[in-house]
Amino acid sequence: MDHLRSPASRTVLTLGLLSGAFILFTGAVGMIAAFHEREVVDRFISLGQLTLLAAPFVTAYYSASRLREYGGDLRNVLIAGAGVGLLTALPSITLLLFNSDEFRVLLFLTLRLAPIVAASAIAWGRHRAGAETQTVIGIWLLVAILVGIVTYSFALIFEIKGDLRTVLVNIDRDWVEVITFENRNDLMRGIGTFGFVSVASGLAGSVLYLMPTVPRRALIYGLGITTLIGAFGETARLILQENVDRDTLREIFRRDTLRQNAALALFVISTAAGFLWALYGRQARERFGSIGAAPRRTLNRVGLVIFVAFMLMLPWLIGRTLSDVAVTIGIFVLMGLGLNIAIGLAGLLDLGYVTNYAVGAYFLAVLTSIGPLGLFKGTFTFWMVIPIALLAAMFAGFIFAVPVLRMRGDYLAIATLGFGEIIGKLAISDWLKPLIGGAQGVQAIPKPLLLGTELKNPEQLYYIVLVACLFCLFVSIRLNNSRTGRQWMAIREDEDVATAMGIDTARAKLLAFTLSAATGGVAGAIFAAKVGTVFPNSFTVFISINVLSLIIVGGIASNPGIVVGAIVLIGMPELLREFSEFRFLLYGALLILMMIKRPQGLIPSKIVSHEHSSGIKAKLAAAE
Amino acid sequence: MFKWKTDEFSWVDFTIDVLRVLIVLAVVVGAWNTLSSGRITLAQWVNLFAAGLSQGSIYALIALGYTLVYGILLMINFAHGEVFMAGAFSTVFLAEALNRTGFLNDQPLLAILLMIMFAGLVSMTVAILLERVAYRPLRGSPRLVPLITAIGASFFLQYAFRGLYGSGFKAYPQVQILQGAISIGGINIPIVQIFVFCSALLLMLCLYWLVERTRIGKAMRAVSENKEVARLMGIDIDFVIMFTFGVGGFLAGSAGVINGVFRPQGVNFFMGFIPGIKAFTAAVLGGIGNIPGAMLGGLFLGVIEAIGPNLVLAGLGIPGANQLKDVIAFTMLVLVLIFRPQGILGERLSEKKA
Repeated sequence: MDHLRSPASRTVLTLGLLSGAFILFTGAVGMIAAFHEREVVDRFISLGQLTLLAAPFVTAYYSASRLREYGGDLRNVLIAGAGVGLLTALPSITLLLFNSDEFRVLLFLTLRLAPIVAASAIAWGRHRAGAETQTVIGIWLLVAILVGIVTYSFALIFEIKGDLRTVLVNIDRDWVEVITFENRNDLMRGIGTFGFVSVASGLAGSVLYLMPTVPRRALIYGLGITTLIGAFGETARLILQENVDRDTLREIFRRDTLRQNAALALFVISTAAGFLWALYGRQARERFGSIGAAPRRTLNRVGLVIFVAFMLMLPWLIGRTLSDVAVTIGIFVLMGLGLNIAIGLAGLLDLGYVTNYAVGAYFLAVLTSIGPLGLFKGTFTFWMVIPIALLAAMFAGFIFAVPVLRMRGDYLAIATLGFGEIIGKLAISDWLKPLIGGAQGVQAIPKPLLLGTELKNPEQLYYIVLVACLFCLFVSIRLNNSRTGRQWMAIREDEDVATAMGIDTARAKLLAFTLSAATGGVAGAIFAAKVGTVFPNSFTVFISINVLSLIIVGGIASNPGIVVGAIVLIGMPELLREFSEFRFLLYGALLILMMIKRPQGLIPSKIVSHEHSSGIKAKLAAAE
Repeated sequence: MFKWKTDEFSWVDFTIDVLRVLIVLAVVVGAWNTLSSGRITLAQWVNLFAAGLSQGSIYALIALGYTLVYGILLMINFAHGEVFMAGAFSTVFLAEALNRTGFLNDQPLLAILLMIMFAGLVSMTVAILLERVAYRPLRGSPRLVPLITAIGASFFLQYAFRGLYGSGFKAYPQVQILQGAISIGGINIPIVQIFVFCSALLLMLCLYWLVERTRIGKAMRAVSENKEVARLMGIDIDFVIMFTFGVGGFLAGSAGVINGVFRPQGVNFFMGFIPGIKAFTAAVLGGIGNIPGAMLGGLFLGVIEAIGPNLVLAGLGIPGANQLKDVIAFTMLVLVLIFRPQGILGERLSEKKA
């Protein structure tokens, strides 16, 4: 018992239980069952099963690295790996037992005993800490009553309802099917399989850690790439479909999933490539680092040209479905770049960004629509309205910015959130119905015309978005280094000091809000033209949260970060449809995780990351 | 470029003053029109007032959670609306079960007490976990950082509960003895409204006793006054903060049950978002960090929200005024933040923010 108390084993226990909680939670919210729908490798493994395997694998790998810090030997590392696997499976297995008819009695037993056990444990702890008997008894009673209320209520609920499923809707047949590895009818066998697979996966994780560096890296690359391509099989097929003939395609994919042979080949190739990279990668990088400034500039230019050419070719390379996704990503990149001016540069947390998006969309809709609500029935074209939508959004941004200029930080955030909600409610109300159509919205928005052709395909709309994005990117980069940009950063760091330095903060903040609104308006207008109808349900607080999340995840005040953030956060749920139901769950978790672990984002801007490191230094200095 | 600000004349102040005059004008004109038209009788006004008061007491209970946390940590627990949802959503199942056994209508008070305890404890657990996972690691970081995690936590909790309990609406069963109305001076007031108001008042009194009369309450006040000194006095800061979140969560959870009894049309995973913002409005209205302020702010907001659309918006000739209830509440939020961020009762905030 004693060696379980050592810091090393406590780390392993905590990690294992966390990974178990993860599996239990993802199962209970229905993620695992939903992911099971997506096969990674044909008739071999699904994304749901992969999640079950990956949790112990990754946790065991990480705990092995932690164990090495404590000086654990080979045997300890392997035991820890197996332990992590077991702990990962344990909570889900318990729930599986509780859920089965034969063992339901266990559930009630646990629920009935829980208050006594919990109360005794806490009271015992207080007793050991030297509390008086009277206090200990009091604590025992209090905890027993409080926990008892909860567990007895749960017992009552389950007893009356008869089944866990009527409360926890996702603890259903599908979940049992995945978690028992398709042994639903033979529960014991299912549990055995799950436990065994989990332990084996944990062991594999720790074995991987024990390998020498080069093969380890190679294997990580191989596994990672194969999994990624397998999971995004549909996307990969759509891309290949544009470039490869049908027979080859059929060799590689069965519908949307990688065939086993193809997966194996992919794994071998990527592992081999990883092997080479692990051996020679550093040398290559060093050699590249040592070339002079002039050739490097040339290389950068060539890179830029290739990049632009690639972006121009993209719709041909990826086909219609993916172009549509690219347009959506582009719309969010536009909004991200815009909101970044307020949040990233000026430090104004604007949670009502959807307002600008809605203004742009509704302006385009009302001005160009050929339906009953269109004001001009086709006299205005898309190209004429884009500047109007932009100006309208800027005006809206300006109007809403004036009252909040005096507010700081969190109050500003809540006030802008309030504005967003007000706009949403007004859009859906009867009051404005004659103008913008209430809940039905505005229909029959014509597609943009260019040189006589109607841009109705996503491949064609893509170019509009691309041009808009590149322009915004350019403006945004220039702003970063401009006098105004510096003013914003000064305000972000300390408003009082900025005022003292002679910055007209009111003017600078107004400018930030107004400029940031502009791209939102354009994004809204493009969105309206793309979809063809505008209705209030498209303009909820979720849009603002989407944009906020992609900025935070990508990297605050970092332009490349925002592009990457949009591709990951907007693209992934679109491409992995099983995922889209859980996107806000992920966004929420990511926002918390990023703020705790990596507040500067995936691709941090130089200034922000510098501030973060110097902030840490300042803290350390203060602590000393 | 423009020069907006000169030494003697602030452009922003001017705009805000114009806004102030416009709003007062709109309210006066709207109210005058409605009152002079006499479309709504006195009895109807009293009914609206009573309904607003009971809705407001629910806001007040949630607002207390914001105020308690703000008082101690100076942060807005944006996810507090979801704590409310967690209790309300979980207790639907208990309420159904109690209804099925018949206990709910045999012993309504006992059953509701049990539901309140259950919801309170569930919400308390959620609030404590929230503090532990999302806020504690970030204590002492810049103000916006915990706000962003709070937003993240809010959406995480919404979609976690959506995954756990499903996305549909679930309705609280009706409690028989709370149906019907009492006639006071010729005006019928639904019993459920009286019940809601009284139970919320009782909970608030309990809180007041807890904060003002107990040891832990004293510790809470000490921590809110000055954390460092409180630590020197031997107060376990982490425990006090956890306890504060727990108490706020308990009140929010019980508000969830009271809300379910009051408006049984249904609960779902998104139910906490709007009441959360409204309760925050109530907290700011009363002066955030100020406990009696949150109570008053809640009641005030509830009444404004009930009377406002009929009095002002209808008077201005806006159709479907009752749809715009939420707009009134959010406008109140923005107006309070613009004109009186320290709230009706509080002066604490302005000191602390300075």
